[in-house]
Amino acid sequence: MVPKNSPAPAWQEAIFQVLKRGGIKQVAYVPDAGHSHAIRRVIADPEIDDVVLTTEEEGVALACGAWLGGQRAAVLMQSSGVGNCVNMFSLLQAADVPFFTIVTMRGEYAEFNPWQGPMGKATQAALELMGIHVLRVSSPAEVEEIVSAGLDAAFEAGERVAVLLGQNLIGRKKWERG
Amino acid sequence: MMVRKTQGRVDRRQFVAKLLDGMPEALVVTGLGSAAYDVFAAGDRDTNYYLWGAMGGAASIGLGLALAQPERPVVVITGDGEILMGVGSLGTIGARQPKNLTVVVLDNGHFGETGMQRSHTSMGTDLVAVAKGFGIDDSSSTASVDDCAAIARRVNSRKGPAFVQVFIEANEPPRALPPRDGPFIKNRFRAALGLKPF
Repeated sequence: MVPKNSPAPAWQEAIFQVLKRGGIKQVAYVPDAGHSHAIRRVIADPEIDDVVLTTEEEGVALACGAWLGGQRAAVLMQSSGVGNCVNMFSLLQAADVPFFTIVTMRGEYAEFNPWQGPMGKATQAALELMGIHVLRVSSPAEVEEIVSAGLDAAFEAGERVAVLLGQNLIGRKKWERG
Repeated sequence: MMVRKTQGRVDRRQFVAKLLDGMPEALVVTGLGSAAYDVFAAGDRDTNYYLWGAMGGAASIGLGLALAQPERPVVVITGDGEILMGVGSLGTIGARQPKNLTVVVLDNGHFGETGMQRSHTSMGTDLVAVAKGFGIDDSSSTASVDDCAAIARRVNSRKGPAFVQVFIEANEPPRALPPRDGPFIKNRFRAALGLKPF
Protein backbone atom coordinates (compact mmCIF):
# COMPACT_ATOMS: atom_id res chain seq x y z
CA MET A 1 0.00 0.00 0.00
CA VAL A 2 1.31 3.39 -0.95
CA PRO A 3 1.44 5.92 1.91
CA LYS A 4 -0.78 8.96 1.54
CA ASN A 5 0.76 11.99 -0.21
CA SER A 6 3.27 9.93 -2.18
CA PRO A 7 2.92 9.95 -5.97
CA ALA A 8 0.61 7.34 -7.48
CA PRO A 9 2.32 4.30 -8.98
CA ALA A 10 3.21 4.73 -12.63
CA TRP A 11 0.76 2.03 -13.67
CA GLN A 12 -2.13 4.11 -12.37
CA GLU A 13 -1.07 7.03 -14.54
CA ALA A 14 -0.67 4.60 -17.44
CA ILE A 15 -4.35 3.66 -17.11
CA PHE A 16 -5.41 7.29 -17.39
CA GLN A 17 -3.15 7.78 -20.41
CA VAL A 18 -4.64 4.75 -22.17
CA LEU A 19 -8.18 6.08 -21.58
CA LYS A 20 -7.19 9.52 -22.82
CA ARG A 21 -5.37 8.27 -25.92
CA GLY A 22 -8.20 5.86 -26.61
CA GLY A 23 -10.66 8.70 -27.01
CA ILE A 24 -12.72 7.92 -23.92
CA LYS A 25 -15.06 10.86 -23.30
CA GLN A 26 -17.08 9.58 -20.35
CA VAL A 27 -15.67 7.79 -17.32
CA ALA A 28 -18.25 6.43 -14.90
CA TYR A 29 -17.14 5.03 -11.58
CA VAL A 30 -17.86 3.78 -8.15
CA PRO A 31 -14.61 4.63 -6.37
CA ASP A 32 -11.91 2.21 -5.31
CA ALA A 33 -8.46 2.96 -3.97
CA GLY A 34 -6.84 1.32 -7.00
CA HIS A 35 -8.74 3.68 -9.30
CA SER A 36 -8.24 6.80 -7.20
CA HIS A 37 -5.47 8.29 -9.32
CA ALA A 38 -7.29 7.74 -12.62
CA ILE A 39 -10.46 9.21 -11.12
CA ARG A 40 -8.59 12.33 -9.98
CA ARG A 41 -7.06 12.73 -13.44
CA VAL A 42 -10.42 12.30 -15.14
CA ILE A 43 -12.11 14.86 -12.89
CA ALA A 44 -9.33 17.34 -13.71
CA ASP A 45 -9.61 16.74 -17.47
CA PRO A 46 -12.07 19.10 -19.19
CA GLU A 47 -12.35 16.81 -22.23
CA ILE A 48 -13.67 13.86 -20.21
CA ASP A 49 -16.97 13.78 -18.34
CA ASP A 50 -16.61 12.12 -14.95
CA VAL A 51 -19.77 10.46 -13.67
CA VAL A 52 -19.93 9.17 -10.12
CA LEU A 53 -22.50 6.39 -9.83
CA THR A 54 -24.66 5.17 -6.98
CA THR A 55 -24.31 1.60 -8.28
CA GLU A 56 -22.18 0.11 -11.01
CA GLU A 57 -25.09 -1.06 -13.17
CA GLU A 58 -25.84 2.58 -13.94
CA GLY A 59 -22.44 2.66 -15.63
CA VAL A 60 -23.35 -0.23 -17.92
CA ALA A 61 -26.44 1.63 -19.08
CA LEU A 62 -24.58 4.93 -19.32
CA ALA A 63 -21.95 3.34 -21.58
CA CYS A 64 -24.73 2.17 -23.90
CA GLY A 65 -26.20 5.68 -24.04
CA ALA A 66 -22.79 7.19 -24.71
CA TRP A 67 -22.26 4.84 -27.65
CA LEU A 68 -25.70 5.62 -29.06
CA GLY A 69 -24.63 9.26 -28.98
CA GLY A 70 -21.25 8.64 -30.59
CA GLN A 71 -18.94 8.63 -27.57
CA ARG A 72 -16.73 6.05 -25.94
CA ALA A 73 -17.26 5.46 -22.22
CA ALA A 74 -15.33 3.43 -19.67
CA VAL A 75 -16.55 2.16 -16.31
CA LEU A 76 -14.23 1.87 -13.31
CA MET A 77 -15.37 -0.41 -10.52
CA GLN A 78 -14.29 -2.83 -7.82
CA SER A 79 -14.94 -6.56 -8.10
CA SER A 80 -17.94 -6.32 -5.76
CA GLY A 81 -19.56 -4.01 -8.32
CA VAL A 82 -19.53 -6.73 -10.98
CA GLY A 83 -22.18 -8.54 -8.97
CA ASN A 84 -24.33 -5.42 -8.95
CA CYS A 85 -24.29 -5.36 -12.76
CA VAL A 86 -25.29 -8.87 -13.75
CA ASN A 87 -28.76 -8.34 -15.23
CA MET A 88 -27.76 -5.00 -16.74
CA PHE A 89 -25.00 -6.81 -18.66
CA SER A 90 -27.86 -8.29 -20.73
CA LEU A 91 -28.24 -4.86 -22.28
CA LEU A 92 -24.79 -5.05 -23.84
CA GLN A 93 -25.54 -8.18 -25.84
CA ALA A 94 -29.15 -7.37 -26.66
CA ALA A 95 -28.31 -3.83 -27.71
CA ASP A 96 -25.07 -4.92 -29.40
CA VAL A 97 -22.89 -2.15 -28.01
CA PRO A 98 -19.19 -2.07 -27.11
CA PHE A 99 -18.29 -2.08 -23.43
CA PHE A 100 -15.08 -1.47 -21.56
CA THR A 101 -14.61 -1.75 -17.82
CA ILE A 102 -11.56 -1.85 -15.56
CA VAL A 103 -12.13 -3.80 -12.36
CA THR A 104 -9.92 -3.67 -9.27
CA MET A 105 -9.94 -7.05 -7.57
CA ARG A 106 -10.61 -7.83 -3.94
CA GLY A 107 -11.03 -11.11 -2.13
CA GLU A 108 -8.36 -13.03 -4.04
CA TYR A 109 -4.89 -12.25 -2.64
CA ALA A 110 -3.78 -11.39 0.90
CA GLU A 111 -7.36 -10.36 1.62
CA PHE A 112 -8.08 -9.18 5.14
CA ASN A 113 -11.86 -8.86 4.88
CA PRO A 114 -13.81 -12.12 4.55
CA TRP A 115 -16.84 -10.22 3.21
CA GLN A 116 -14.89 -9.52 0.00
CA GLY A 117 -14.21 -13.18 -0.69
CA PRO A 118 -17.44 -14.53 -2.20
CA MET A 119 -17.89 -11.91 -4.94
CA GLY A 120 -14.17 -11.49 -5.54
CA LYS A 121 -13.74 -15.18 -6.28
CA ALA A 122 -16.83 -15.20 -8.53
CA THR A 123 -16.02 -12.01 -10.42
CA GLN A 124 -14.28 -13.45 -13.46
CA ALA A 125 -16.79 -16.28 -13.86
CA ALA A 126 -19.74 -13.88 -13.48
CA LEU A 127 -18.36 -11.64 -16.22
CA GLU A 128 -17.74 -14.59 -18.52
CA LEU A 129 -21.19 -16.05 -17.87
CA MET A 130 -22.64 -12.77 -19.09
CA GLY A 131 -20.60 -12.83 -22.29
CA ILE A 132 -17.88 -10.38 -21.32
CA HIS A 133 -14.32 -11.11 -22.39
CA VAL A 134 -11.90 -10.99 -19.45
CA LEU A 135 -8.27 -9.88 -19.51
CA ARG A 136 -6.21 -9.88 -16.34
CA VAL A 137 -3.22 -7.85 -15.18
CA SER A 138 -0.94 -9.07 -12.42
CA SER A 139 2.20 -6.95 -12.70
CA PRO A 140 2.81 -3.22 -13.18
CA ALA A 141 4.80 -3.75 -16.38
CA GLU A 142 1.75 -5.29 -18.11
CA VAL A 143 -0.79 -2.61 -17.23
CA GLU A 144 -0.45 -0.25 -20.16
CA GLU A 145 -0.36 -2.96 -22.81
CA ILE A 146 -3.24 -5.04 -21.51
CA VAL A 147 -5.54 -2.12 -20.69
CA SER A 148 -4.83 -0.74 -24.15
CA ALA A 149 -5.51 -4.13 -25.75
CA GLY A 150 -8.85 -4.32 -23.94
CA LEU A 151 -9.86 -0.85 -24.99
CA ASP A 152 -9.02 -1.57 -28.62
CA ALA A 153 -10.99 -4.82 -28.60
CA ALA A 154 -13.99 -2.96 -27.20
CA PHE A 155 -14.06 -0.02 -29.56
CA GLU A 156 -12.30 -1.36 -32.65
CA ALA A 157 -14.01 -4.77 -32.68
CA GLY A 158 -17.16 -3.89 -30.76
CA GLU A 159 -16.45 -6.40 -28.01
CA ARG A 160 -17.49 -6.37 -24.39
CA VAL A 161 -14.30 -6.40 -22.33
CA ALA A 162 -13.33 -6.32 -18.67
CA VAL A 163 -9.72 -5.84 -17.56
CA LEU A 164 -9.22 -7.17 -14.05
CA LEU A 165 -6.46 -5.52 -12.04
CA GLY A 166 -5.28 -8.30 -9.74
CA GLN A 167 -5.10 -7.71 -6.03
CA ASN A 168 -1.42 -8.65 -6.16
CA LEU A 169 -0.90 -5.67 -8.48
CA ILE A 170 -2.79 -3.23 -6.30
CA GLY A 171 -1.03 -4.38 -3.16
CA ARG A 172 -2.06 -5.22 0.35
CA LYS A 173 -4.62 -2.95 1.90
CA LYS A 174 -3.28 -1.21 4.97
CA TRP A 175 -5.71 -1.47 7.85
CA GLU A 176 -4.07 0.61 10.56
CA ARG A 177 -6.04 3.71 11.29
CA GLY A 178 -4.55 7.04 11.93
CA MET B 1 -57.28 5.48 -3.55
CA MET B 2 -60.35 4.99 -5.72
CA VAL B 3 -60.76 8.73 -6.05
CA ARG B 4 -57.27 9.10 -7.49
CA LYS B 5 -57.97 6.42 -10.05
CA THR B 6 -60.82 8.26 -11.69
CA GLN B 7 -59.92 11.85 -10.90
CA GLY B 8 -56.76 13.73 -11.74
CA ARG B 9 -55.31 11.13 -14.04
CA VAL B 10 -54.62 11.32 -17.75
CA ASP B 11 -54.74 8.84 -20.62
CA ARG B 12 -51.16 7.68 -21.21
CA ARG B 13 -51.35 7.35 -24.99
CA GLN B 14 -52.91 10.76 -25.43
CA PHE B 15 -50.36 12.38 -23.14
CA VAL B 16 -47.30 10.79 -24.74
CA ALA B 17 -48.49 11.54 -28.26
CA LYS B 18 -49.10 15.19 -27.48
CA LEU B 19 -45.82 15.51 -25.57
CA LEU B 20 -43.71 14.03 -28.38
CA ASP B 21 -45.54 16.13 -30.94
CA GLY B 22 -43.94 19.20 -29.32
CA MET B 23 -40.37 17.90 -29.47
CA PRO B 24 -39.52 16.71 -32.99
CA GLU B 25 -35.77 17.14 -32.41
CA ALA B 26 -35.62 15.19 -29.14
CA LEU B 27 -33.68 11.98 -28.75
CA VAL B 28 -36.04 9.60 -26.92
CA VAL B 29 -35.13 6.68 -24.66
CA THR B 30 -37.99 4.55 -23.36
CA GLY B 31 -38.16 2.25 -20.40
CA LEU B 32 -39.31 -1.28 -21.09
CA GLY B 33 -42.96 -2.26 -21.36
CA SER B 34 -45.86 0.14 -21.61
CA ALA B 35 -43.74 3.29 -21.90
CA ALA B 36 -42.11 1.82 -25.01
CA TYR B 37 -45.51 0.92 -26.45
CA ASP B 38 -46.81 4.44 -25.80
CA VAL B 39 -43.85 6.06 -27.55
CA PHE B 40 -44.08 3.67 -30.51
CA ALA B 41 -47.84 4.19 -30.77
CA ALA B 42 -47.24 7.95 -30.96
CA GLY B 43 -45.23 7.40 -34.16
CA ASP B 44 -42.00 5.53 -34.77
CA ARG B 45 -38.89 7.68 -35.19
CA ASP B 46 -35.31 6.77 -36.00
CA THR B 47 -34.28 8.77 -32.93
CA ASN B 48 -36.37 6.62 -30.57
CA TYR B 49 -34.45 4.07 -28.56
CA TYR B 50 -36.78 1.40 -27.20
CA LEU B 51 -35.78 -0.86 -24.33
CA TRP B 52 -37.22 -4.35 -23.94
CA GLY B 53 -35.17 -5.15 -20.85
CA ALA B 54 -32.44 -3.53 -18.73
CA MET B 55 -35.04 -2.53 -16.14
CA GLY B 56 -33.73 0.38 -14.12
CA GLY B 57 -31.36 1.50 -16.87
CA ALA B 58 -33.40 3.95 -18.95
CA ALA B 59 -32.40 7.12 -17.08
CA SER B 60 -28.72 6.16 -17.14
CA ILE B 61 -28.85 5.48 -20.89
CA GLY B 62 -30.41 8.91 -21.20
CA LEU B 63 -27.58 10.44 -19.18
CA GLY B 64 -24.85 8.85 -21.32
CA LEU B 65 -26.67 10.01 -24.44
CA ALA B 66 -27.24 13.52 -23.09
CA LEU B 67 -23.54 13.93 -22.26
CA ALA B 68 -22.58 12.67 -25.73
CA GLN B 69 -25.09 14.90 -27.56
CA PRO B 70 -25.21 18.18 -25.64
CA GLU B 71 -26.80 20.06 -28.53
CA ARG B 72 -29.85 17.80 -28.65
CA PRO B 73 -32.62 17.56 -26.10
CA VAL B 74 -32.82 14.08 -24.61
CA VAL B 75 -35.98 12.76 -22.97
CA VAL B 76 -36.39 9.52 -21.08
CA ILE B 77 -39.97 8.24 -21.00
CA THR B 78 -40.44 5.44 -18.52
CA GLY B 79 -42.73 3.99 -15.88
CA ASP B 80 -42.83 4.16 -12.09
CA GLY B 81 -41.61 0.59 -11.65
CA GLU B 82 -38.69 1.12 -14.01
CA ILE B 83 -37.47 4.34 -12.40
CA LEU B 84 -37.87 2.85 -8.92
CA MET B 85 -35.56 -0.05 -9.83
CA GLY B 86 -32.81 2.36 -10.85
CA VAL B 87 -33.76 5.25 -8.60
CA GLY B 88 -30.16 6.04 -7.72
CA SER B 89 -29.69 7.15 -11.32
CA LEU B 90 -31.69 10.26 -10.41
CA GLY B 91 -28.95 11.01 -7.89
CA THR B 92 -26.33 10.54 -10.58
CA ILE B 93 -28.25 12.92 -12.86
CA GLY B 94 -28.60 15.36 -9.97
CA ALA B 95 -24.86 15.25 -9.37
CA ARG B 96 -24.02 15.73 -13.04
CA GLN B 97 -26.73 18.34 -13.90
CA PRO B 98 -26.91 17.68 -17.66
CA LYS B 99 -28.62 20.68 -19.27
CA ASN B 100 -30.35 18.64 -21.95
CA LEU B 101 -31.91 15.72 -20.07
CA THR B 102 -35.52 15.35 -18.95
CA VAL B 103 -36.94 12.26 -17.27
CA VAL B 104 -40.70 11.74 -17.71
CA VAL B 105 -42.24 9.05 -15.52
CA LEU B 106 -45.65 7.71 -16.51
CA ASP B 107 -46.94 6.79 -13.09
CA ASN B 108 -49.94 4.53 -12.77
CA GLY B 109 -48.86 3.39 -9.32
CA HIS B 110 -48.69 -0.19 -10.54
CA PHE B 111 -46.49 -2.78 -12.22
CA GLY B 112 -48.63 -2.89 -15.35
CA GLU B 113 -46.76 -5.57 -17.30
CA THR B 114 -46.95 -8.21 -14.62
CA GLY B 115 -50.53 -8.14 -13.41
CA MET B 116 -51.10 -4.63 -12.04
CA GLN B 117 -49.58 -5.17 -8.63
CA ARG B 118 -49.35 -1.93 -6.67
CA SER B 119 -45.98 -0.16 -6.76
CA HIS B 120 -44.32 2.03 -4.15
CA THR B 121 -45.89 5.16 -5.63
CA SER B 122 -49.28 3.79 -4.54
CA MET B 123 -47.85 3.08 -1.11
CA GLY B 124 -46.20 6.28 -0.02
CA THR B 125 -43.31 7.12 -2.35
CA ASP B 126 -43.45 10.68 -3.68
CA LEU B 127 -41.31 10.66 -6.83
CA VAL B 128 -41.16 14.45 -7.15
CA ALA B 129 -39.81 14.68 -3.60
CA VAL B 130 -37.33 11.92 -4.42
CA ALA B 131 -36.13 13.70 -7.57
CA LYS B 132 -35.83 17.03 -5.75
CA GLY B 133 -34.01 15.33 -2.92
CA PHE B 134 -31.52 13.98 -5.45
CA GLY B 135 -30.83 17.51 -6.69
CA ILE B 136 -33.10 17.75 -9.73
CA ASP B 137 -34.60 21.06 -8.66
CA ASP B 138 -36.98 21.36 -11.59
CA SER B 139 -39.21 18.44 -10.64
CA SER B 140 -42.98 18.57 -10.90
CA SER B 141 -46.06 16.48 -11.52
CA THR B 142 -48.99 16.76 -13.88
CA ALA B 143 -52.22 15.02 -14.66
CA SER B 144 -53.26 17.01 -17.71
CA VAL B 145 -52.49 17.01 -21.42
CA ASP B 146 -52.77 20.78 -21.20
CA ASP B 147 -49.27 20.78 -19.70
CA CYS B 148 -47.69 18.90 -22.63
CA ALA B 149 -46.77 21.97 -24.64
CA ALA B 150 -45.04 23.62 -21.66
CA ILE B 151 -43.15 20.42 -20.82
CA ALA B 152 -42.05 20.07 -24.44
CA ARG B 153 -40.80 23.66 -24.45
CA ARG B 154 -38.86 22.94 -21.27
CA VAL B 155 -37.30 19.84 -22.87
CA ASN B 156 -36.38 21.79 -26.00
CA SER B 157 -34.87 24.66 -23.98
CA ARG B 158 -32.00 22.51 -22.58
CA LYS B 159 -31.84 24.60 -19.44
CA GLY B 160 -30.86 22.00 -16.89
CA PRO B 161 -32.17 18.60 -15.91
CA ALA B 162 -35.88 18.21 -15.30
CA PHE B 163 -38.13 15.53 -13.89
CA VAL B 164 -41.84 15.17 -14.62
CA GLN B 165 -44.17 12.72 -12.92
CA VAL B 166 -47.31 12.14 -14.97
CA PHE B 167 -50.28 10.65 -13.16
CA ILE B 168 -51.81 8.28 -15.69
CA GLU B 169 -54.82 6.00 -15.56
CA ALA B 170 -54.02 2.43 -14.58
CA ASN B 171 -55.41 0.90 -17.75
CA GLU B 172 -53.78 -1.16 -20.46
CA PRO B 173 -54.22 0.27 -23.96
CA PRO B 174 -53.83 -2.12 -26.91
CA ARG B 175 -50.22 -3.20 -27.28
CA ALA B 176 -48.19 -1.44 -29.94
CA LEU B 177 -44.94 -3.34 -30.16
CA PRO B 178 -41.80 -1.49 -31.25
CA PRO B 179 -38.92 -3.35 -32.89
CA ARG B 180 -37.02 -5.50 -30.39
CA ASP B 181 -34.05 -6.09 -32.67
CA GLY B 182 -31.28 -4.34 -30.71
CA PRO B 183 -28.73 -4.00 -33.53
CA PHE B 184 -31.43 -2.57 -35.81
CA ILE B 185 -32.56 0.17 -33.45
CA LYS B 186 -28.98 0.95 -32.44
CA ASN B 187 -27.79 1.31 -36.02
CA ARG B 188 -30.86 3.27 -37.03
CA PHE B 189 -30.45 5.63 -34.09
CA ARG B 190 -26.75 6.23 -34.70
CA ALA B 191 -27.27 6.69 -38.44
CA ALA B 192 -29.90 9.36 -37.70
CA LEU B 193 -27.19 11.23 -35.76
CA GLY B 194 -24.78 10.91 -38.67
CA LEU B 195 -22.60 8.37 -36.86
CA LYS B 196 -20.79 5.76 -38.91
CA PRO B 197 -20.44 2.05 -38.09
CA PHE B 198 -17.10 1.32 -36.44
